[in-house]
Amino acid sequence: MSDNPSTIRIDGQEIPFTAGQTIMDAALAAGIYIPHLCHYSGLPPSGNCRLCVVENGNRSVAACITPAVTGQEIRNNTPELNEARKAITQMLFVEGNHICPSCEKTGNCKLQAMAYHLGMLDDHFPQFYQRRELDASHPEILLDRSRCILCDLCVRASRDMDQKNVFAIAGRGTDAHLIVNTPSGKLADSTMAVTDLAANICPVGAILIKEIGYEVPIGQRIYDQQTIRETGLQEHVDRKNDD
Amino acid sequence: MDISHSHNSGSPHQHILHRLHALQQQFRHISPHAMQRTAAEFNISLSQVAAVVAFYSFFSTQPRGRFDILFSNCTSCGYLSGDQDLMQMLCQLLQVTPGKTRADGLISISETSCIGMCDQGASLLINGLPVTALNAEKLTQIAQRITTESPLTDWPTEWFAVHDRIYRRDLLLMEQHAPGSALQTALAQGADQTLAVIQQSGLRGRGGAGFDTGKKWQLCRAAPGDAHYVVCNADEGEPGTFKDRLLLRDHTDAMVEGMTTCALVIGAKQGFVYLRGEYRYLLPHLHAVLDQRRNQGLLGQHILGYENFEFDIDIVVGAGAYICGEESALIESLEGKPGIPRIRPPFPVTHGYLGQPTIVNNVETFIAAAHIITHGSVWFYSIGTEQSRGTKILSISGDCEKPGIYEYPFGVCIRQVLDDCGAQNVQAVQIGGPAGKLLGAAEFNRAISFEDISTGGSFLVFDQQRNLLAIHRNFAHFFAHESCGFCTPCRVGTRLLKNNLDKIAEGRGTAHDIEELKQLSHLIQHQSHCGLGHTAAHHVLDGLQHFPHTFSAPLQPHFTAQFDLDQALESARQATHRNDAAAHLDNE
Ligand SMILES: Cc1cc2nc3c(=O)[nH]c(=O)nc-3n(C[C@H](O)[C@H](O)[C@H](O)COP(=O)(O)O)c2cc1C
Ligand code: SF4
Ligand code: SF4
Repeated sequence: MSDNPSTIRIDGQEIPFTAGQTIMDAALAAGIYIPHLCHYSGLPPSGNCRLCVVENGNRSVAACITPAVTGQEIRNNTPELNEARKAITQMLFVEGNHICPSCEKTGNCKLQAMAYHLGMLDDHFPQFYQRRELDASHPEILLDRSRCILCDLCVRASRDMDQKNVFAIAGRGTDAHLIVNTPSGKLADSTMAVTDLAANICPVGAILIKEIGYEVPIGQRIYDQQTIRETGLQEHVDRKNDD
Repeated sequence: MDISHSHNSGSPHQHILHRLHALQQQFRHISPHAMQRTAAEFNISLSQVAAVVAFYSFFSTQPRGRFDILFSNCTSCGYLSGDQDLMQMLCQLLQVTPGKTRADGLISISETSCIGMCDQGASLLINGLPVTALNAEKLTQIAQRITTESPLTDWPTEWFAVHDRIYRRDLLLMEQHAPGSALQTALAQGADQTLAVIQQSGLRGRGGAGFDTGKKWQLCRAAPGDAHYVVCNADEGEPGTFKDRLLLRDHTDAMVEGMTTCALVIGAKQGFVYLRGEYRYLLPHLHAVLDQRRNQGLLGQHILGYENFEFDIDIVVGAGAYICGEESALIESLEGKPGIPRIRPPFPVTHGYLGQPTIVNNVETFIAAAHIITHGSVWFYSIGTEQSRGTKILSISGDCEKPGIYEYPFGVCIRQVLDDCGAQNVQAVQIGGPAGKLLGAAEFNRAISFEDISTGGSFLVFDQQRNLLAIHRNFAHFFAHESCGFCTPCRVGTRLLKNNLDKIAEGRGTAHDIEELKQLSHLIQHQSHCGLGHTAAHHVLDGLQHFPHTFSAPLQPHFTAQFDLDQALESARQATHRNDAAAHLDNE
């Protein structure tokens, strides 16, 4: 353990943190990547995807919701944890209906990029083939729940950044699904606009802006150029009014 | 946001769960229009109301029958606990499909997680009321009464009777509590000394986790806040647990007194009892006790004449969600939201109800606290083991002659408990419910205590006749159904675990599936967000360790399909309106 009052160690590397930061905040600031799908710097953390689970002593904790505390010895990039991350990614693949080869998000999709990052070669688990509702009512935005991984990013973005509160997650267990906060339950009746953060933050192909799907050709898309590690370290949004 | 701060249920500011319950009762479902009105009334978003309706099992968006029946599916009080499938029997008598309301709207039948009637025989809820000791004859009579639309008030009262059987009394169950006695002592000695007595007693939480109660009260008392709250966890959802059911009815005064004492210590003015929806039938009794205590000057303003001591209690009734027993999910539910466990830290002791310092304790914990104040810490501390002081109330059910309530000093040996309840040819015991521990005969010399085998009260006995794989499947279905769905490993993992056990039980499993069970179990256990996920796969790992044959016996030596090929063609058959022999695959 170090004498410096405000440092933690991740895989042996000592990094600083400031009061109020989580393990994830400190790690990203120091250029250490902890795999994550439901975390987005600048939005309040949720802790639902569990890819960022790290080991603190003999406890498993989600880095995005666990405060950094002086002297923590964190294990992150270990074969065991990466195996678990791969299994969780596979779980997300079989829970939804992911049609990568024909999905317009392909190449820009974080779930897909995470699978590459973790060396995932197959689904491993049997597919659920759940029936999930598609909402094409909005003139400019498509909501295909089949590809939703319930990461809650659109919920938080709409509520905390766009100040519109368009989405919520409802239902228990694998019945959990995204709902739209309108009497009809349709996106067309909401105030959602293509410029909203919520319309642009979906890590997968569940919320898509219409008519631009193939503007960028395959081969020139985000994860054709960089890995999810690089995106994860860079991206963040500024909170409009920090409260 | 307006959440109930009122002290009787007829007030305009109801709790949202109570409003939705009333709507469900009146209209047999909650319509989109009703949701909109509720959102406006409570000044919350429509999506919050919709999410609440979707979260709790007792609410539905599709009409249920005027007689709405929910069979318990617990291994002790469930419809499969005897020789016959009771749910199927009633469905046949009434010509109804499980889960589908009959076309005339008269009747709907489905299943629900354990309703806490494990010592009463197979049981069901009809329009929320428990009917116990079911058998073929009673079901025939029930079917007749439903067919003739005889109102429930005309049904034999004996059908709704819950007969408590207490076979062993110790410290707590021997007590005759005089209302106000503990409070007199607490007020006379002051909050500091009262806290000290609880701390010295060694009392630990009785809800399962066993956190030091004195320490919890101290942390909460020290936490700054606009208000402090006391919450009694009466959610008792762990299958096989029914001791709080008894305590809520027969030891209500002591429970309320424990809560009031806690309020004195931490400086709370408001308390809540979070009562599981399955125990709604206890509500009139609980309200009567609270009213009586108000009249006696033991609740409300100027308690026992003390100018500055004010405390009152509301009862909030849940609506079918095991996860709401988890304290932070419970608080979310109290706040009128789906019961999704919070990010912790911060813990409820500093940031609980409405973000304020909150004590959540189990029913039995509060009762123990009240008696400790009356008798002093030594009375309690001198019983039990080093780290588990006092006694534990067990609810014993399953394959034994005398299912019921047993109170033992901590440290009692499992074999002793089995002898006392008349269990013979015992194959295994599951202690602490599906989330607890599965033990075989080689371990019956172990003890009930926080040091060894701890339990919130559930003690399930399985004899040699029981098919343990069926038990594992039952538990796996329970967790998949009750997972709140928030985090990936539990949401998806509990369903995979369930599918995997189903596959093995249906004779389609291979050796690979055993390895798969292990890995899945470890993943769910370590990567999940809350206690439900952390414990959901314990029974599988215990089973694999102690009873490996359970899983390996039905395995196929050769490759088998992941899925049932013939079943996979069902949607094609439906689409083509065919069901002839040629539309089926021979699966043999
Ligand atoms: C899934 C889950 C369900 C729980 N259900 C209950 C319950 O029904 N009753 C209860 O008292 N505690 C339950 N608990 C434990 C509570 O979270 C909490 O620890 C307890 O109410 C604290 O009270 P105690 O210290 O008096 O035991 C549950 C925990 C989990 C993770
Ligand atoms: S729609 Fe996209 S952003 Fe929203 S919860 Fe689903 S996956 Fe996450
Ligand atoms: S472990 Fe299960 S019950 Fe707990 S938060 Fe995750 S999904 Fe919900």
